[in-house]
Amino acid sequence: MSRESMEYDVVIIGGGPSGLSTAIKLKQLDPNLNVCLLEKASEIGAHILSGNVFETRALDELLPNWRELNSPIKTKVTKEKFLFLGKTKSLSWPTWLLPAVQQNHKNYIISLANLCRWLAEQAENLGVEIFPGFPASEILYNEDGSVKGVATQDMGIDKDGNKKDSFEPGIELLGKVTVFAEGCRGHLGKQLIEKFELNKGKDPQQYGIGFKEIWEIEDKNHEEGLVMHTAGWPLDNNTYGGSFMYHAENKQVFLGYVIGLDYKNPHLSPYDEFQRFKTHPAIKKIIEGGKRISYGARALIEGGFQSLPKMFMPGALLVGCDAGTLNMPKIKGSHTAMKSGIIAAETINEHLKENKDLSIYEDKFKNSWLHKELYEARNVKPSFSWGLILGIIFTGIDQILFRGKLPFTLKHKHADHETLKPANQMPKIDYPKYDNVITFDKTSSVYLTGTNHADNQPVHLKLKDPDLPINYTLEKFDEPAQRYCPAGVYEVQKENDVNKFVINSQNCIHCKTCDIKEPSQNIIWVTPEGSGGPRYGNM
Amino acid sequence: MKILVAVKRVIDYNVQIRVKEDGTGVVTDNVKMSTNPPDDNAIEEAVKIKEAGKASEVVAITVGEEKAQETVRKALAVGADRGIHVKVDGTLEPLAVSKILQKIVDKEKPDLVFMGKQAIDDDCNQTGQMLSALLNWPQATFASKIDVKENKLEVTREIDEGLETIEINVPAIVTCDLRLNEPRYASLPNIMKAKKKPIEEIAASDLGVDVSPRLEQLKVEEPPKRKAGIKVANVAELVQKLKNEAKVI
Repeated sequence: MSRESMEYDVVIIGGGPSGLSTAIKLKQLDPNLNVCLLEKASEIGAHILSGNVFETRALDELLPNWRELNSPIKTKVTKEKFLFLGKTKSLSWPTWLLPAVQQNHKNYIISLANLCRWLAEQAENLGVEIFPGFPASEILYNEDGSVKGVATQDMGIDKDGNKKDSFEPGIELLGKVTVFAEGCRGHLGKQLIEKFELNKGKDPQQYGIGFKEIWEIEDKNHEEGLVMHTAGWPLDNNTYGGSFMYHAENKQVFLGYVIGLDYKNPHLSPYDEFQRFKTHPAIKKIIEGGKRISYGARALIEGGFQSLPKMFMPGALLVGCDAGTLNMPKIKGSHTAMKSGIIAAETINEHLKENKDLSIYEDKFKNSWLHKELYEARNVKPSFSWGLILGIIFTGIDQILFRGKLPFTLKHKHADHETLKPANQMPKIDYPKYDNVITFDKTSSVYLTGTNHADNQPVHLKLKDPDLPINYTLEKFDEPAQRYCPAGVYEVQKENDVNKFVINSQNCIHCKTCDIKEPSQNIIWVTPEGSGGPRYGNM
Repeated sequence: MKILVAVKRVIDYNVQIRVKEDGTGVVTDNVKMSTNPPDDNAIEEAVKIKEAGKASEVVAITVGEEKAQETVRKALAVGADRGIHVKVDGTLEPLAVSKILQKIVDKEKPDLVFMGKQAIDDDCNQTGQMLSALLNWPQATFASKIDVKENKLEVTREIDEGLETIEINVPAIVTCDLRLNEPRYASLPNIMKAKKKPIEEIAASDLGVDVSPRLEQLKVEEPPKRKAGIKVANVAELVQKLKNEAKVI
C-alpha cells in the first residue's frame, strides 16, 4: 500500500510535558529546524491526567519568563498534611519529619492538562507543527535497522477491517530523529524497548494505576493551596499505594488514589479501593456537600532508576515516561519528563549540527540533576515490597539520614503481571455499595471522562489468544480485567450458561493498565482511530 | 455555482456539559470544542457537489470569537476553498447571525447557502429559516439528500411522517441533517495545505449589524435528577404500584 510521506528534521510522538518540552527546546536552539508533533487525543491536553503538584525547576530552565506568559500555574502550595489512615481514625504525621523530597512548599497545584495546552501554544508560536487527532500507530525503519519515523493510523476502517467510503490512509512522517514521548507504557515505546533490547540488564519496569476525580466543594471545607497525602486504609500493609488531595483554585479539589500494580490479590479492585477511600471520615468531611465534576485514570511509572531503559537507539530517543523518568518518592513526573525533553533536544541539535552520536543523550542525562534525583530516589519503592511499615522505616533512614546515598541499590524482582496469586488462594473482598453521593459506579464515572471511539472501527484492545480469558484466566484468577480496568471495558457475561469475554472498547480511557497487568500479557493496547479516547478538561 | 457554508463552534458532543454554579450558563473553560456536527455534513455535501463538477467554489464562514476560526480552518482542510470569519465576542442569537449572513450573501453572491439543521449547543434551529426570510430565498430544511439540477435542487427532507421530497429554485438555503452523508476525515497533508488557504476576517461592526441580544436569559440549570428505579417481584405488584402509587392506571 502506498502512503504519502512528509519529511521533518524531528518527529515527536506525544503532546505531553516531555514531547512539548522537546519541541520547544529544539526551536529555541534552532528556529530553522522542522519539527512536528503528533498527538492521539482530539486536542492537546485531552488525554493528560495527573495530580498535580508541580515543581517548576525544568520549566524555569525552558521558559524562564513563564510568569509573564499567562501560564496556568497559579496556586502556590501553602500548607501540607500527611495522614496515616486507620479504618476510622487518622494520624497526622508532622511534615518536618517527611523526607525533603516530599516537601512541597515551593511548588504549585496545577492542572497538567492545562499546562500542556499552554505549552502547546508556546510551541506553536515557535513554529512547531502540532497535529492532534493523529495517533502514530507504526514505527518505520530504514534498511540498516535504524528508526526512520512513524506512520499514522489509517482512518475509516470498519470493525471487520474493511475500508469504509471515508477511508483515509495513514501517512508516513519521516524524521532525521524521531522522539517517542507517549507517556507511561507507550505502545510504540514498548516495541522499541523490545526490539533494541533497551531494558537489557535493567530491573523489570514497575507501574501503578492512578485515579483522579475533581470535586467542587463547599467554601467552608476549601483551603486553596492545601496539599494532603495519605497512606494506609483501605489498603492492607502489603499493597503499595496512597492518596492525594490538592485544594486548587475555584473551590476545586483534585482527589486521587494510586495503587501499585504489583498487588497480589486478583480480587482487588483498584477502582473500588479508591471509591471506598472517599468514605473515610477524614476525607468524607471535606467533600461532603460538594459535587464530583471529573473522573479519570491513567497508569504511571514507578520503577525509577533501576528500571530506566537505555533511552537512545539508532534514529530515535525515548523521553519522559515512555522511558520512565517519574520520581516515585517525590510523587512527581512532570518536571523530570520536561527535563528529559530538554536534554533530548540538546542532544538532537548537536547530533544534527555536529554529527555527534545520539548516545550523548545518556552522558548528558548522567550529568544532569535529573539523574541525581532519580538515583537518590531509587531505593524507596522497592523497600515497600517488605510492607508499608518496614517501607516507611527504611525510607526514613534512606531519605532523611542518608539522603538517598546508601551504598546499595534494592532490586525490583518481578514484573507487575507476574505478581497475582491464584484466586482460590486469596481472600475475596467485599466492597461496599455505591451511594451515588460520595461513591459512584464505573458507568457514571466513565460518562464523566467524555470518552468516545467512533462506531464501527476495529477493537483496539487485541487478544493474543482470544480463548485465554475464559479458558485460563477466568478459572485461575477470576479474570481480574473486570476489576483492574477503571472504565469497565472488560466483562465476563454468561450466555446460555456459557461464559463469554466481552471487550467494550468504546469505554477505554487509554490508561494502559490491561496491557501491563494481564497475567499472561494477553491483552495488547493499540491505537484506535484518531481523536478516540477521553476528553479531559482540567485534569 | 458558488456555495457558502456556515459553520459554528460548539462544545464537543462527547463532553459532559456542566452548568455554572451561578446559573449564568455552562462551563466552557478548558472544554473541548469542535464544529457543530450537522455543519460538518453541510461542508461535506458542498465539497461533494464541487467534486462532481456542479459547483465552482465552496466558501466556509463562521461568526464568533477569535477561536471560532478553527472551525473554518477545519472546513478548509476537508475541501472548502477559502474562509470568512466574522468576529463577534459575547452572546450571539440566531437573528444576529442570519443578519450577518445576509450581508455576506449580498457581498459574496453565492447560489446556495448550506448549514447544519441546528446547533447542538442552543438547539435553536432558526438561523437557516431566518436567513431564508431575510433574503426571500426558498429553503429546504432537514435535508438528507440533495440532487443538484439545472437551476433547481431536489431535496429529500427528514420530517416527522417520514421523508418528503421537494424541488426548489436556486438561489436557496439548505439546512442539513446528519443522515445527509458521512463527513470525511481531514488528512494530515490537507490540514497542512489548509493553513495556507485564505481566511478573510471581518469585524461584525463593519457590516452594520446590531448583534446585541434580544432575549434575556433568566437562568440555566441542570435537568432534575431522575429517581432510582425499583424492582418489582411480579406483574401483580407492578399493576398494584401503577394503580396506587404512580396513579397512572
